[in-house]
Amino acid sequence: MVQLTLPKNSKVKQGKVWPRPEGATNLREYRVYRWSPDDTENPRVDTYYVDLDDCGPMVLDGLIWIKNKIDPTLTFRRSCREGICGSCAMNIDGANTLACTKAMDDVGGAVRIYPLPHMPVVKDLVPDLSIPYAQLSSIEPWLQTVTPEPATEWKQSHEDRAKLDGLYECILCFCCQTSCPSYWWNGERYLGPAVLLQAYRWLIDSRDEATGERLDKLEDPFRLYRCHTIMNCTQTCPKGLNPAKAIAEIKKMMVERRV
Amino acid sequence: MSKSTTQARPLSPHLQIYRITPTMAMSVAHRITGAALYFGILLFALWLFAAAGSKEQFDFVNALFGSILGRIVIFGYSWVLIHHMLGGIRHLIWDTTHGLEKHTSRQMAIATLVGSIVLTLVIWIAAWVIRGGL
Repeated sequence: MVQLTLPKNSKVKQGKVWPRPEGATNLREYRVYRWSPDDTENPRVDTYYVDLDDCGPMVLDGLIWIKNKIDPTLTFRRSCREGICGSCAMNIDGANTLACTKAMDDVGGAVRIYPLPHMPVVKDLVPDLSIPYAQLSSIEPWLQTVTPEPATEWKQSHEDRAKLDGLYECILCFCCQTSCPSYWWNGERYLGPAVLLQAYRWLIDSRDEATGERLDKLEDPFRLYRCHTIMNCTQTCPKGLNPAKAIAEIKKMMVERRV
Repeated sequence: MSKSTTQARPLSPHLQIYRITPTMAMSVAHRITGAALYFGILLFALWLFAAAGSKEQFDFVNALFGSILGRIVIFGYSWVLIHHMLGGIRHLIWDTTHGLEKHTSRQMAIATLVGSIVLTLVIWIAAWVIRGGL
């Protein structure tokens, strides 16, 4: 359902301005979304000042610096710090991306950070991703075959293998999923760009033998066809992939199998 | 996690914080112009009804549409029509899986806006020249 405004308990209030680090001259302002399940307060945006002479260049470096030096209660997910685990996906400067691969220099003014949009918040910058994970399981993202298993491996030509390029690189950070207004309004019924890109990854795999069944499951006004080519997914993907194109390819497969 | 905690979870901000992209803006514009066309076509229907009616009715509607306000509305309607048409062509191209790359799609969205403004002006200037004044 389209609800353009935030529910009452989600309205963001003005938060605390934390003191500037003493003696530091090279400062960067961070405005970070905060919410804790431990009290009954509404979410707020806190202001921090990061000492750039004591901190790495990426947005994630700044968050870690704040957590270590100013406010240990600041909560966010991070792991690899090199854009391969997908943990630190968040909304930075109005677009979804990975905090570890986004340079502070590429952000103008204060660094504004929110959790991935239109998701239930567990704490601070940590969204509850249960629904996208369930949606991913629903498309059965593994190889499905009916022919007897070969003695060695399933073979694939170089040309067929190349069809997976631009698809297999997805790290499931859900930046695209939560950038999509269609997903915001129909997130429980529309599968969303990340999950549909995965669906296409298995549809186009020459070794997979469940193509028809997979298409049957996607043939639905909501699961697939809520994509209205708004293109936020492709604009925002931190890995430079193209979910919108994958979805367009699925829609094309739907037409082609009918004619 | 207790049930009460789950229920109390806030929804993270979305439209409030997301930076508008050209493709996003043109998607919204395509919807708004699509809805506006319903009202625009009523103007055209009114004109046809008047033409099928009496000379007085036809003159009245012509005078209404020929007034300053009427011309502004019709100018707006022509832009809405052209913008929605160009948006439709853009979506048609995208449906063939072409033009969906990050930068191409962005440029196509911007082209829809620029193209619709230019085309509308061209049509009105052409009409002005052909009629020798509006």
